Amino acid sequence: MSDQMFKVTIDNKTIEVPPGTTILNAARMIGPEVAPPAMCYYSKLKESGGKCRTCLVEVSKGSEKDPRPMPKLVASCRTTVMDGMEVKNFTSPKVVEARKGIVEMLLINHPLDCPVCDQAGECHLQDLSYEHGTEETRYDFNRRTFEKEDLGPYVQLHMNRCILCYRCVFTANQLTGKREHGVLERGDHAEISTLLGKSLESEFIGNIIDVCPVGALTDKTFRFKNRVWFTKPVDAHRDCPTCSGKARLWMRGEEVFRVTARKDQWGEVEDWICNTCRFEKKETKDWVVEGPSEISRASVISQGHYAGNVGTEKPQVFIDKIIGKQPKLLLDIHSISDVNKKGVTLSKIDGPAHSDDFGLKNK
Amino acid sequence: MGVKLLLEHANVEGIRYYDTYRRVGGYRAAEKALKMSTADVVEEVKKSGLRGRGGAGFPTGMKWSFLAKPEGVPRHLVCNADESEPGTFKDRYLMEFLPHLLIEGLLISSYALGSNHTYIYIRGEYAWIVDILNQAIAEAKNNGWLGKNILGTGFDCEIYVHRGAGAYICGEETALIESLEGKRGNPRMKPPFPAIQGLWMRPTVVNNVETLAAVVPILNMGGDEYAKIGVGKSTGTKLLSACGNINKPGVYEIDMTIPVEEFIYSDEYCGGIPKGKRLKACIPGGSSVPIVPANLLFKTAKGETRYMNYESLSDGGFATGTMMGSGGFIVLDEDQCIVRNTMTLARFYNHESCGQCSPCREGTGWMYKILKNIEYGKGKMSDIDLLWGIQKTIDGTTICPLGDAAAWPVAAAIRHFRDEFEWHINNPDESQKHNFGLAHYADPRPVPAAV
Repeated sequence: MSDQMFKVTIDNKTIEVPPGTTILNAARMIGPEVAPPAMCYYSKLKESGGKCRTCLVEVSKGSEKDPRPMPKLVASCRTTVMDGMEVKNFTSPKVVEARKGIVEMLLINHPLDCPVCDQAGECHLQDLSYEHGTEETRYDFNRRTFEKEDLGPYVQLHMNRCILCYRCVFTANQLTGKREHGVLERGDHAEISTLLGKSLESEFIGNIIDVCPVGALTDKTFRFKNRVWFTKPVDAHRDCPTCSGKARLWMRGEEVFRVTARKDQWGEVEDWICNTCRFEKKETKDWVVEGPSEISRASVISQGHYAGNVGTEKPQVFIDKIIGKQPKLLLDIHSISDVNKKGVTLSKIDGPAHSDDFGLKNK
Repeated sequence: MGVKLLLEHANVEGIRYYDTYRRVGGYRAAEKALKMSTADVVEEVKKSGLRGRGGAGFPTGMKWSFLAKPEGVPRHLVCNADESEPGTFKDRYLMEFLPHLLIEGLLISSYALGSNHTYIYIRGEYAWIVDILNQAIAEAKNNGWLGKNILGTGFDCEIYVHRGAGAYICGEETALIESLEGKRGNPRMKPPFPAIQGLWMRPTVVNNVETLAAVVPILNMGGDEYAKIGVGKSTGTKLLSACGNINKPGVYEIDMTIPVEEFIYSDEYCGGIPKGKRLKACIPGGSSVPIVPANLLFKTAKGETRYMNYESLSDGGFATGTMMGSGGFIVLDEDQCIVRNTMTLARFYNHESCGQCSPCREGTGWMYKILKNIEYGKGKMSDIDLLWGIQKTIDGTTICPLGDAAAWPVAAAIRHFRDEFEWHINNPDESQKHNFGLAHYADPRPVPAAV
């Protein structure tokens, strides 16, 4: 490998990357402000990407040698950079427009059942439609639905929510010994399924829940138990003979509701974990707790728990900083709401929160 | 009378069989080619200016020269016989009646590209043609044209016929390769192109049946001679499968110098429109290419005569032109409803989308539903703009050209026949009973006296 680096400019920010890097990864190296969204690409899975088309970017200059622009928008997750390439992502109206259209298409058959979906709060499709979509849809037909299918004791499949990113297929291919599920049928009735109702029981199959960008694959042991923003993520590890044992516990009080792998800034799993860690070790005593997980202050998961907990910045400082940058939650609920008072920690309340808990009874 | 190169002997009785084919001069080109060096054969094809006959019209010689030739890695030639474009049936004719022409072309091309294992990926519905091809392959093998050490040159070649399972998407070259490997027929992301990593990650060339058959006359007459036929960059002859409202539907070989008008009205070709009706529109290259109204079909926007060749048909871009495509020439007379026609095409693409990338998977179904509403009298005026918006999102954002192919017919129908869509929406009851008139896109020729 030569040590020559390729210079690439994305949204007027220049970076030098090794040859073979994709545009998307180069953009991620620069930072989240230029990184295109990705629903199907997963850096840890070979062959993934290219399917959802949300990461389309405009290449306004092909390379130093061949400065012609590329005629079509290209999928940044599968296009490698050339030296001197200039890419337009958020600065290109064409890209913004195309992405809007694609988000709309991804949503036309999505059930939008977020209120009852376990993924809500950590759903990439929610983030995507919030950041890149439009407020309303022009689709007024019945949504496509699928027959319910049982995939065994661990994984719950909601095919209606699936966006066919193929991540779970690649995960099962590359991580487990035998892939039992795949995509059947074609076109808009393509579905994730197993042939003849097999159940998914491979030792690492739980990871398909983590890679799923939407709520199509959820944890059966956590189903309807809690909302993710009510639970508190804690990094913990255990001595596991099969996997790294590095996991994230989602707790409320002392109770462990859910165990997932740790995810990085891009929502990608850092270390795969095994089914035993994920589904069976649901006691605090099974784990060595390291401390609260770093969750972006802008994430909905932070709400209700982390006032002053994460990072060193005061909420107000943070709000000033993020206003105007399209944060996921514009304002800190604590500072504006009469109901959700800062002094009250939701996770310490037994049962559902009530107006009593906020001292509003006599008002 | 035009030049006939491919269908020259199509009417000879028993041409399907080896003896007859050989008697009328078959395998002469193969004999000649196997004595040449491989580079010379590629050079002949390059000189001929032959363009891919599958639809995209990419120069074949150039495609061949892109083939990577790493040491010790086998290369493959794959013949794309997955002809499923609505309106196109020229490959079927070639394979059914002149199987040896294809095999000879395959042999020459395999030799030129160094492919020892060559595949014919045939459309699943062409079940009986598989037998015809297999019989022809066996005959060729018995006579020493396939197998080991062909004609003592040391070149080995085997041809295998593989039947698809009835998916239009497998006509896309990378989906075809996936399907041939035994996987789900999803198109691959490019790059890498098949010429670098194709079938089993080996360098592969995928060519249409007609392209490979055309290699035979090229070798017979020489690339330079072949290039003299036709006009400009549209060299040689092209098979057209004419269908729709014409008197003589069928497969015709043209030399790309005749005007579109002649092709439709001359007795040598389509023989005009039945019952003296007037021409409304035409889809000249298979269902994917934009539809053009009669007034833009005979003359380009600049007022020049439009000819049946790659350049002339695409003159004016998509605004006023169309494409040569795969040569599926569909003629619509004054009684045809454009909305219904577009709906049928949208249904086809909805059904055939592989479901891999989101704009095509979701968008094709959406377009079909809207068109169905309009056709059955439940449309809204805003639907037309919505359709336009959807096709724009699909066009150019998908992995493979199926998305574009689904978007173009809808775009062209709205572009040229918007008033017909509006009429459908404004007159939901009437539109169920009869068709919109010919108003301003009509064929300028007068209505003939009652027939």
